[in-house]
Amino acid sequence: MGDHGPAKGLSRWLFTTNHKDIGTLYLWFSFAMFLVGGIFALVIRAELFEPGLQIVQPEFFNQMTTMHGLVMVFGAVMPAFVGLANWLVPMMIGAPDMALPRMNNWSFWILPFAFFMMLSSLFVEGGAPNFGWTFYAPLSTTYAPPSVTFFIFAVHIMGASSIMGSINIIATIMNLRAPGMTYMKMPLFVWTWFITAYLLIAVMPVLAGVVTMMLMDIHFGTSFFSAAGGGDPVLFQHIFWFFGHPEVYIMILPAFGIVSQIIPTFSRKPLFGYDSMVYATASIAFLSFIVWAHHMFTVGMPLAGELFFMWATMLIAVPTGVKVFNWVTTMFRGSISFETPMLFSIAFVILFTIGGFSGLMLAIAPADFQYHDTYFVVAHFHYVLVPGAIFGIMAAVYYWLPKWCGNMYDETLGKTHFWLSFVGLNVTFFPMHFVGLAGMPRRIPDYALQFADFNQIASVGAFLFGASQVFFMFIVIKTIMGGKKATDQVWESAEGLEWTIPSPAPYHTFTTPPEVK
Amino acid sequence: MESSVKKTVRNALFATVGMFAFGFALVPIYDVFCDITGLNGKTSDSPYTAVDVAVDTSRNITVQFVATNNENMPWEFKPAVSSMVVHPGEAVSTEFFVRNPKPVSMVAQAVPSVVPFKAAEYFHKTECFCFNQQPLDGRSETLMPLRFIVDVDLPKDVKTITLAYTLFDVTESFKTAAVDASAEAKQAVGTI
Repeated sequence: MGDHGPAKGLSRWLFTTNHKDIGTLYLWFSFAMFLVGGIFALVIRAELFEPGLQIVQPEFFNQMTTMHGLVMVFGAVMPAFVGLANWLVPMMIGAPDMALPRMNNWSFWILPFAFFMMLSSLFVEGGAPNFGWTFYAPLSTTYAPPSVTFFIFAVHIMGASSIMGSINIIATIMNLRAPGMTYMKMPLFVWTWFITAYLLIAVMPVLAGVVTMMLMDIHFGTSFFSAAGGGDPVLFQHIFWFFGHPEVYIMILPAFGIVSQIIPTFSRKPLFGYDSMVYATASIAFLSFIVWAHHMFTVGMPLAGELFFMWATMLIAVPTGVKVFNWVTTMFRGSISFETPMLFSIAFVILFTIGGFSGLMLAIAPADFQYHDTYFVVAHFHYVLVPGAIFGIMAAVYYWLPKWCGNMYDETLGKTHFWLSFVGLNVTFFPMHFVGLAGMPRRIPDYALQFADFNQIASVGAFLFGASQVFFMFIVIKTIMGGKKATDQVWESAEGLEWTIPSPAPYHTFTTPPEVK
Repeated sequence: MESSVKKTVRNALFATVGMFAFGFALVPIYDVFCDITGLNGKTSDSPYTAVDVAVDTSRNITVQFVATNNENMPWEFKPAVSSMVVHPGEAVSTEFFVRNPKPVSMVAQAVPSVVPFKAAEYFHKTECFCFNQQPLDGRSETLMPLRFIVDVDLPKDVKTITLAYTLFDVTESFKTAAVDASAEAKQAVGTI
């Protein structure tokens, strides 16, 4: 192979089997979807700025909440993590590329088609899916708009893409590690992705199964979820959340890995408790399979069921607490400097913990009857997903961007972006706790007068947060176009194989495996 | 491709297919789980064969009947009596009244649910209109029979059992099924 470089023009991107190219494609696709999903969110927040109906009709509002959720979960967060895995996993374990490069190309290139199909349903008669991202039956079967069939096929394609991506990551990690790179020497980002990939293989087929059942109920006369034919709509919720709960960990575990890479670098200390981090991640992954019904406390479960799912859910706080403790202890008495990736990582630790605490409140079954389907739930999962998954991804971009493109980003601009995002996010989501506890239901286009003040604050925050992400795009493009040249190690005390290769990373790396001590 | 990679991929694909199948297996698992435990108020959907036991006259159980129409179901639907007092082990019969106000014949399916859930497995129906789909001509009415036995093993703390029926309009799916059946019959005739 030698100095064999990338092909010229568009065919480079269409036919590429290079893990770095595919990682770039994933990341740009994810960013595009992040902006699209963000626009949907801003439509929601604009409508909720005042009580009453101003901008959109309730039917369209429901399409916006649904599409915002679906696009952010399946279009923004998941592909961003797969993109990071593509870029980083081979470089971190000293592999020349992913184990299955052609399948890698395919798993990316089916994604744009899935989202084209799903987003195009906004323009068809009857409108886009309007049943919420959790698509509960019978809203998504008996009462669904005709476009639900497009949605089902889009989910099938996304599922296939995720499964292929995960198989690739597992095959790479299991077979292509450099000599001496034992499992317990792997960087934590690799470990968390390894476990995430298993979660994906376990639950994406279940998601494919549940949408297939919907398809059969809608078009082939079966009654999986129709009580009239002997089925049960509650069954839908059980199957959905059997997928859905591991899915929320799929969206957070790789972010755990990212901050576990970044915090030691900027604390200038090795990570505290590496082994316990690995075991905690594995425990969280295992527990994620036995807590799904805490999303359904109000469906009428027997007391024993409520208690089991309540306790199992609270048990998750133990391994998560281990992780938070380890990050804090890594920083303790470290020689800390506050570059942009570190700022995002520290905000991650603090704000994710707030989201974790509100999760514990929701886990208390008797209290959940009060909080269920209110804005408190919205506040909770946005606190774990925005400063959790999204801040994790942004921290990763700032941390590894100099390695990818060879240029340092502008630290002042990066810090400005961080503070704008940090303030915007808290102004948006913190008031939602209050309106939620006061009883404002989620997924409604209009609300009672007493919620107006907090909703106005949230809407202002949302537009600030949205605008600062356009600024983020500007920073990234500016860095790619030019800037101060990055050194090979980039950061003063960064450790790991990816920092031993030149910046920018050559098109082919580790064609001869490195020796790991 | 290296054989070790092949092996990993093969195992991962097996796991994927297995989990897809597991998703579908959750449907019968859910039914069986609910049947065994009586969770969800599910009662058996086939007739119970009465066994000879002594009627426990020392206990009085109030059985309440609730009849609800699923949305868009135009039939009038109500129990003949709204509640009755029975002894465990005693075979009891009652009726539900239905009237189809529409000019066309329709088919209905009643779906039962028992509260409290833990009483579901002790509530045996020897005959129930809910075991079958119920056709009814336009502008006509009928009484639908229900015979049941409350099990003598019913937990002591249960004093009241509520049996709720929801009536669904299944005319459309009944028609489709009938068309399918007649098409199959014709095909069968054709092959002969």
